[in-house]
Amino acid sequence: MHRFANPAEFNRLADAILPWAKVVMAAAFLYGLYLALYASPADYQQGESVRIMYIHVPAAWMAMFTYMVVAVASFTALVWRHPLALLAGKAAAPIGLVFTGLALLTGMLWGKPMWGTYWVWDGRLTSVLVLFFLYLGYMALWRALDEEDKAGRAASILALVGVVNIPIIKFSVDWWNTLHQPASVMRMDGPSMPVEMLWPLLTLAVAYKAYFVVVLLYRMKLEINLRKLSVLSSLEVQG
Amino acid sequence: MNLCWTTLPQNLKLTRHGCDRGVGMNGAGIFGAIFARDVRLAWSQGGTGTMALSFFLIAVTLFPFGVGPEPQTLARIAAGVIWVVALLACLLSLDRLYQADYEDGSLDDLALSPLGLTGVAAAKILAHWVATILPLVALSPVLGMLMNLDGDAYGMLLLSLLIGTPALSLIGSVGAALTVSVRRGGVLMSLLVLPLYVPTLIFGVGAIDAAAGMTDALPHLAFLGAVTLVALVIGPVASAAALRLSLE
Repeated sequence: MHRFANPAEFNRLADAILPWAKVVMAAAFLYGLYLALYASPADYQQGESVRIMYIHVPAAWMAMFTYMVVAVASFTALVWRHPLALLAGKAAAPIGLVFTGLALLTGMLWGKPMWGTYWVWDGRLTSVLVLFFLYLGYMALWRALDEEDKAGRAASILALVGVVNIPIIKFSVDWWNTLHQPASVMRMDGPSMPVEMLWPLLTLAVAYKAYFVVVLLYRMKLEINLRKLSVLSSLEVQG
Repeated sequence: MNLCWTTLPQNLKLTRHGCDRGVGMNGAGIFGAIFARDVRLAWSQGGTGTMALSFFLIAVTLFPFGVGPEPQTLARIAAGVIWVVALLACLLSLDRLYQADYEDGSLDDLALSPLGLTGVAAAKILAHWVATILPLVALSPVLGMLMNLDGDAYGMLLLSLLIGTPALSLIGSVGAALTVSVRRGGVLMSLLVLPLYVPTLIFGVGAIDAAAGMTDALPHLAFLGAVTLVALVIGPVASAAALRLSLE
């Protein structure tokens, strides 16, 4: 793992992954959106509004997945002092924030026709909102401290404390079960969803994940380049 | 480490335990000394104890002005208001939990003690809870009266605050430690800590509402206790890690 602590090595790996990730992303987005918006049936209860779900559900999945990525990166950064792990956490958090915001926004747009209101204080909605705040706190702490390394490790501690919140999100449906749908894809007895609805959902989930990989790698490369720049400019000032 | 603990600032009187002969104190002695000092500081002039208590009282009395004096309305929101204001009072008083010691350098001293930073953090958290939060809990039935809280819920109000508020001090300590070197870190600290307070608030208020509605409050209390226990495991360790970071 420490082999990729070398920025040049990491850049080589990133450049090798990026073209493939982009192809997967483009193909999955095109095919998934085609399926979701045209080639899938309208729901007999929800009508055309069900199509919001194809955008909403993968965003909610990614919101949680990205926080796990931040937490794992934070753990790696704190325990093994892996320099790129700090950057990975820093690079992933804003992406997670956007996914969380997208999940909240599409959830509200779906809730208006379905529940008759944009917002209900249901357990899952609320804990996704809390997740949104956790991302904000993590990013704010990164900015609050001057020294990059210290800021990153402080934010990492916060991320690990906040990861306690992830199981609360996952199980909040059972705890404060109110208006929100019970989980219908991840069930022991198999998906309760018809296949022609599951397919666009999973395709878009792949598309979101590929998007995450592409943006994460680009942001990490950007961070590395920014560090190079700051080192160069400080050398210039000295020399 | 065989340090002499006679030179700590802010009247940390440790000489009684034999430190004057240059013998290092043991962990329990230092824990007790830090605890006693922080309790004394909280209730000395300009300490957080009286301020948090006054804030608690004033902020709760604002709500009837805001929502109207109807007894039914007040009774409905009483548990939530008292819990939220207790939470905010805790947050306000945690702001400078480590900052004063960080600024005058005594935190560097404490970090070298045989107790370790985790123990130091635990002592300071315990002192904060005893000196600042426990008085709030004791005052809460009076505020329950002002808010027309249901008669059956007073015992549960005390019990849920007793079980739940340690989590507020423990989690808040992590936020205070993370922002210890940030100038005016109070606002940032709220942003970091408030989301983590949500489960405590939910189960704390849930227990009181259950008692007022004559239903079983035990599940809420059990979850509340679970959250506090998790915070007990995480709080001192994470606080110490954050403090170590800013002492480097």
